[in-house]
Amino acid sequence: MYTFSNKLRIGSFIAMAVGLIFLAIGFVSAPSTVEEAKAIVAAAHDDGHGGGHGEEATTHAVASDHGAEEAHGEGHDASHDEHLLHQLQNRPWSALYVAAFFFFMISLGVLAFYAIQRAAQAGWSPLLFRVMEGITAYLVPGGIIVFVILVLSVLHMNHMFVWMDADVVAHDKLLQGKAGYLNPTFFLVRATIFLGGWIFYRQYSRKLSLAQDESDDNSNFVKNFRWSAGFLVFYLVTESMMSWDWIMSVDPHWFSTLFGWYVFASMFVSGITVIAMVVMYLKSKGYLQEVNDSHLHDLAKFMFAISIFWTYLWFAQFMLIWYANIPEEVTYYVARIEDYKLPFFGMLVMNFIFPLLVLMNSDYKRVNWFVVMAGIVVLAGHYLDVFNMIMPATVGDQWHIGIPEIGGILFFGGLFVYWVFTALTKAPLLPKRNPFLEESRQFHY
Amino acid sequence: MASKVIQALYNDDDVLMHAVKKVRAEHHHIEEVYTPFPVHGLDKAMGLEDTRIAITSFMYGCLGLAVAIIMMNYIMIADWPQDIGGKPSFSYLENMPAFVPIMFEMTVFFAAHLMVITFYLRSRMWPFKKAENPDVRTTDDHFLMEIGVHDNEDELTALLQETGAVEIKVTEKES
Repeated sequence: MYTFSNKLRIGSFIAMAVGLIFLAIGFVSAPSTVEEAKAIVAAAHDDGHGGGHGEEATTHAVASDHGAEEAHGEGHDASHDEHLLHQLQNRPWSALYVAAFFFFMISLGVLAFYAIQRAAQAGWSPLLFRVMEGITAYLVPGGIIVFVILVLSVLHMNHMFVWMDADVVAHDKLLQGKAGYLNPTFFLVRATIFLGGWIFYRQYSRKLSLAQDESDDNSNFVKNFRWSAGFLVFYLVTESMMSWDWIMSVDPHWFSTLFGWYVFASMFVSGITVIAMVVMYLKSKGYLQEVNDSHLHDLAKFMFAISIFWTYLWFAQFMLIWYANIPEEVTYYVARIEDYKLPFFGMLVMNFIFPLLVLMNSDYKRVNWFVVMAGIVVLAGHYLDVFNMIMPATVGDQWHIGIPEIGGILFFGGLFVYWVFTALTKAPLLPKRNPFLEESRQFHY
Repeated sequence: MASKVIQALYNDDDVLMHAVKKVRAEHHHIEEVYTPFPVHGLDKAMGLEDTRIAITSFMYGCLGLAVAIIMMNYIMIADWPQDIGGKPSFSYLENMPAFVPIMFEMTVFFAAHLMVITFYLRSRMWPFKKAENPDVRTTDDHFLMEIGVHDNEDELTALLQETGAVEIKVTEKES
């Protein structure tokens, strides 16, 4: 049995507390009127210049800024100001949503990996099943939090999903055309079905997995195999629809056919990375004695391969739209390249070039600290990926990775660690009776 | 290389593996082992060095990438930068997404083909090459271990007999 180390528990509580404070600061400092919003933007400009220049230059920059601001102010019309206000109000919400979705996505990716291992009857992975089940335990709180955020969006607490605003839809022919699918009631019904199905499979498979330990035949194992195969079909459909609903619909004028796969690749590689990192942590504490280098090597191979798969999909989506350059599609990338140059191309380096070079060598895939280092970069890169998918539509050029964003990562990271490691204490870390257990013990590559 | 060799034939890969380990433990140099199929772990048991062919492949891939970039940059950007359907041909970077499929394929092409050719060269394989097969049965169902003889024929024969060889013969090795 695993015992939750006190240090880690306290660490996760501190992360949650600091994250909550940061998020609260984000919400409190969000403007509530147009005037406040303009003041924030003006202050941000001053700060930016003051930080970068010497003292003499500061006064100059501030002066020129004021000039620009005044000239600007005359050009502004009321709707532009309101747009700015909404963007600034969205920022803490988006920071919350991106972080909530990112950690939820990790556990969902692990669930998909777990189901594939069961359905494929993989011989190497049964030793890691309990770790995967521990990580997918976060699906329940994480899914509920994401759902609550979606409900609050439907209740007009924020402006992340413009199609939820009846006024906007009334003046938008395109959104009216999509209203049959994108309407608040159906949206929440779908979300309930997705989450219900995923959580049901997770809980039921875990139950069968634990029952298999105590039984004297393999009926639970066979049942679990069948449910996993069925789940994968359900998952493929619902994951795709989830990506349209929860992510693509923040840009309701834009659409892409392979978006579901793209989001899937992102969650899959993050999930595998987290499995590898948790396994290495537990092994370093002496809990997973029988897990050897070859298991780690296999996980790292998956990290490497799925990172490339993610890049393939990223590029396939980007290149097709860039090449054809159809105005209604290309605005998506114009907004990202204009305003998000560094995060947009930075994530490509973190998610593709870095793992490509670091994890290519077979020997390096067995070195723990190498895999951990690659894993940290990959996870940060996929956080940026979600960031790049949500933020341009909700906060536009007012983005910043500051207090609310870091608060979101800290809070959900802390919650994730707390929940996952608590779940790991609930059952022995090694399954007792799995037909492939011995093969997994002997696994050697 | 000794001009006289002793050849032991086995009919099971497990027996062969044990024999290899035993012969190595007695510090005899195994010149060659002939098997009809890859025996997992035989290279480790014989103490052969790891192959470096993956490293060559990586370098060939880099070469292919460089060839693709230089070629496309010269043709599309430097030599005759036409406006083809509005694609920006002012710099390589601006039009790069259109070149990625070529860059990728060239990388794979160079990495794969040059690696295969390297493999042929290093393992000396080519059409019309005379087969180096000491016993026709080794391509079907027998395994053959070859050890050089240095005036210790009787000792070696006894050792190999112990390891479960089904047949032992001493021959002159040509060349």
